[in-house]
Amino acid sequence: MRGSSAAVLRAVGPGAALDVERVRRDFPILRQHVRGKPLVYLDNAATTQKPQAVIDALVRFYTTENANVHRGVHQLSERATASFERARSTVQRFLGAGEPSEIVFVRGATEGINLVAQSFARLRLAPGDEVLISTLEHHSNIVPWQMVCQQTGARLKVIPVNDRGELVVEELDSLLGNRTRLVSIVHVSNALGTVNPVREIVARAHARGVPVLVDGAQAVSHLPVDVRALDCDFYVFSGHKVFGPTGIGVLYAKRPLLEAMPPYQGGGDMISSVTFERTDYNRIPYRFEAGTPDIAGAIGLAAALDYVTAVGLDRIHAHERNLLDYATSRLASVPGVRLVGAAAERAAIVSFVMDGIHPHDIGTIVDRDGVAIRTGHHCCQPLMHRLGVDATARASFAVYNTAAEVDALAAALEHVREVFA
Amino acid sequence: MTPELRDLYQEVILDHNRRPRHFHVLQDASHRADGYNPLCGDRLTVYVQVEDGRVREASFQGSGCAISKASASMMTDAVSGKSLAGARSLFEAFHRMVTSASDAPADPAELGKLAVFAGVREFPARVKCASLAWHTLLAALRADSGTVSTEGADEPAVARGAGGHR
Repeated sequence: MRGSSAAVLRAVGPGAALDVERVRRDFPILRQHVRGKPLVYLDNAATTQKPQAVIDALVRFYTTENANVHRGVHQLSERATASFERARSTVQRFLGAGEPSEIVFVRGATEGINLVAQSFARLRLAPGDEVLISTLEHHSNIVPWQMVCQQTGARLKVIPVNDRGELVVEELDSLLGNRTRLVSIVHVSNALGTVNPVREIVARAHARGVPVLVDGAQAVSHLPVDVRALDCDFYVFSGHKVFGPTGIGVLYAKRPLLEAMPPYQGGGDMISSVTFERTDYNRIPYRFEAGTPDIAGAIGLAAALDYVTAVGLDRIHAHERNLLDYATSRLASVPGVRLVGAAAERAAIVSFVMDGIHPHDIGTIVDRDGVAIRTGHHCCQPLMHRLGVDATARASFAVYNTAAEVDALAAALEHVREVFA
Repeated sequence: MTPELRDLYQEVILDHNRRPRHFHVLQDASHRADGYNPLCGDRLTVYVQVEDGRVREASFQGSGCAISKASASMMTDAVSGKSLAGARSLFEAFHRMVTSASDAPADPAELGKLAVFAGVREFPARVKCASLAWHTLLAALRADSGTVSTEGADEPAVARGAGGHR
């Protein structure tokens, strides 16, 4: 993985603009044709494609290093353990966390949120207490809180959005009350691309002594994230949305919070000793990693983060900013297209609807041109309801997308218009 | 336009999407059910007025894609005047057609105009759009109340009845 990352770095050159054709060559799946047309993959908010460096890391692990971790005294197990723990350190550096023990490997952002809901919030919530989320949340940052509210008698409160799809931050102070026990907020909206002022929200919540979880599932592939600069208490993301494998994700939590939290699941690896009378739990982060973890997944994730770091998140951000500007003006020029969401701060996600044409039909028709977009409610039904749409079509971009692909989408939308003419 | 797209979006389907028939609340309906496809958010309500074992009138309301709207529109046309057994057998024939292999012949004799929906077989993700109205009709005729979902079992309306999976 180091070799490939260095190769990318050399190819792009420090300080230079992103060479997107170079980047594309790192992603073998992008070479294929779909329905006889070059694949135009614009569904990156659902999942991202994987660079060769990640695929190689998985193959290398299973070919030369596979063994269980934290158990064997044999050499393979030691090597697997070392690679797994190196992956944890890679995540720690990527997020700017203080120490590797603040990094818990989970299945994804969803599991990270559920872990915090059950191991942190549940013990602190009494009837009448409040958990504060926002209208922008994905169902994965709504349902776990509804569940814990049902278990404890706490209530869910919601920060509203304006018509542009931005949080109404002015209402935050009135929503943060004496009974607020936790704020859980999305960093970047998967449906609209809105980038929330997370640092400000954390500061205001902390002024009231309220801890904050940030759902970074859509953020980490688009923007540099520094959890210490944000000062958030919890941060979660999924590996597969940042060019890593599926089934692996990360929960970052500040050490004192993790230390005070009971285990989420029981099993092997999370204990220090077990008798039938009692169990002493392992130290953090292992206390939260019951059972054999997704070892290869963690190693693949580290390869993905190394890749992103080598390309450079600042460079990625600049490239995507250009793409977003181009896509916004290009799509708006297609007759009948209306963009949904116009936040001042946005990641490279464009949600839109077309006059008299349902998003589902748009998705089917552009697919025939090899263009992959997502259509539907994007697991954000309350947000769709607020914006007065049943569904949208969504093009979500990544580092390997090009202006030519925006043109391909616009051309495909013209075909949609022809079908419904 | 590709031939598959032309098969899916035939003129008759586009016409029913533009000008859906029986697209209103049926005030004196004896049966009704809500249908919901959580994958795309399509939602519709099917109303049926049954008299002497026959569908005297059927109508629908709701929002959805062209395929689901046209399917509901043509279904309400097709079942009006049918006996309950006839409506159910039409459901069976329709369901058989949209879930069969794409090279299997449709059965226009039984299905009539509904055979235009054979095109969805080339689009596995769209089969549920075409069948939502039919599942909802079946639930209405079973006198179930609540919401029928396209998610879960192969034939959710039949297998689970109303209110199963949301």
